[in-house]
Amino acid sequence: MKNNEVPQDDANLLEGKFREPCYALDEQGKYNTIKSVGWEPKNIVIQHAWEGVNEQIEETKQLVLQEKLSPIAYYMKKQLMDVQILAAYTGFFQWTVKRHFKMKTFNKLSDTKLMKYAEVFEIELDVLKNKKLL
Amino acid sequence: MGIDFQHKQSAHCENGVASNLLNYYGIKLSEPMIFGIGSGLFFSYMPFLKVNGIPVTSYRPLPGVIFRRAAKRLGFKVKRKKFRNQDKAMQDMDSLLKKNTPVGMLVGVYHLNYFPKAYRFHFNAHNLVVYAKNDQTYTISDPVMETPTYLTYNELKKVRFAQGIFAPKGHMYWAIKIPEHVDLKNAIITGIRKTAKDMLGIPIPLFGVKGIRYMAKQIRKYPKKLGKRKASQYLGQIVRAQEEIGTGGAGFRFMYAAFLQEAAQVLNKEWLYEMADEMTIIGDLWRSFAVETARIIKDRSQVEDAYNQAADILMKIADKEEKVYIELKKI
Repeated sequence: MKNNEVPQDDANLLEGKFREPCYALDEQGKYNTIKSVGWEPKNIVIQHAWEGVNEQIEETKQLVLQEKLSPIAYYMKKQLMDVQILAAYTGFFQWTVKRHFKMKTFNKLSDTKLMKYAEVFEIELDVLKNKKLL
Repeated sequence: MGIDFQHKQSAHCENGVASNLLNYYGIKLSEPMIFGIGSGLFFSYMPFLKVNGIPVTSYRPLPGVIFRRAAKRLGFKVKRKKFRNQDKAMQDMDSLLKKNTPVGMLVGVYHLNYFPKAYRFHFNAHNLVVYAKNDQTYTISDPVMETPTYLTYNELKKVRFAQGIFAPKGHMYWAIKIPEHVDLKNAIITGIRKTAKDMLGIPIPLFGVKGIRYMAKQIRKYPKKLGKRKASQYLGQIVRAQEEIGTGGAGFRFMYAAFLQEAAQVLNKEWLYEMADEMTIIGDLWRSFAVETARIIKDRSQVEDAYNQAADILMKIADKEEKVYIELKKI
């Protein structure tokens, strides 16, 4: 890839926060770096991956609305976590977290326990308690 | 207040931190040089190791390996420390900063607020250097960023104690021995030999050139085995690992070509320029693999033929790379 071939296809994935250095050849055939805001094929695969993630969040949201899962499951997905990560952040066992996905168990959870989740999800306790899905 | 730490942006965080730290101690080496000496070029396809249900593909060795190898081959020694207690981890860092020692560390990127949203997932092997503290704000040299950035005490503590795979546990490192004389020639040769050896000789078909061929074979089966949706996700993930943040394009192949050019000059070996040219062609092929993949994802009607075409490119890449490593091994 030559300097003038370094793509500049901006899909705002970097939000203007920085540009990425790409290694390319200058006119003498020597390598240097050129900053790039993006490349279309790369933008497409990144967006495609996020579509997959967002679909999963939406599926979970529907299950929560049908009361088949507790809001903890929704917020976990929304924070791109899995049970292992959520357990590590809250300090609960993985099987405990899984139990908290059940509506029946969730409804009986103490404020102290809910607070731990709220902190990790960076939401207000009331939001979680009232099963609001932000 | 602070030290004269020069922040330089790089494609990959691990090379970048190594290059910036060494530069601070008077050893000026480019990112490709660190990458090559640390034998950063690699390939692995691990269908049984899944993240979010998708197999892991990697164009580099495990996190930390490049830095460790480069340091060893250059005679640069670092001390490493992990912590149970979060505040202790911050205190120990503060006392190093007070002694004007820049501190490298591993962090999770999910809570790194200066990162764009699309790049913030639970990835915990990101490297950066903290080199100054003013009041409760730390000055950060994050190799991904164009300029130094800032984090508060609590923000920094949070990313140092991110959770999940490779949880950093406050892992930090700092220089304790700076080489007086660097044997660059030997370091380069050792680095190249290791890369050639690993890309050719690991007797498990998931790594190196064999890994590329194995992946190509699997890709041909994707549409039938997985169905359209999953197949495109699997394929997309390969290209993400290849192009997303840090590789400098084409799964580090261009960066390695840049290294080979520098190596040719240092070692005064003309034939390494030819190897660099070959690596550039290989990089361009990886880019065409990415183009093909994006086409498959965009046009969802495409089936087996398109996957076969993508796999054909990979087989060509494998053949070409094999030839390069066979030559490089002779160095």
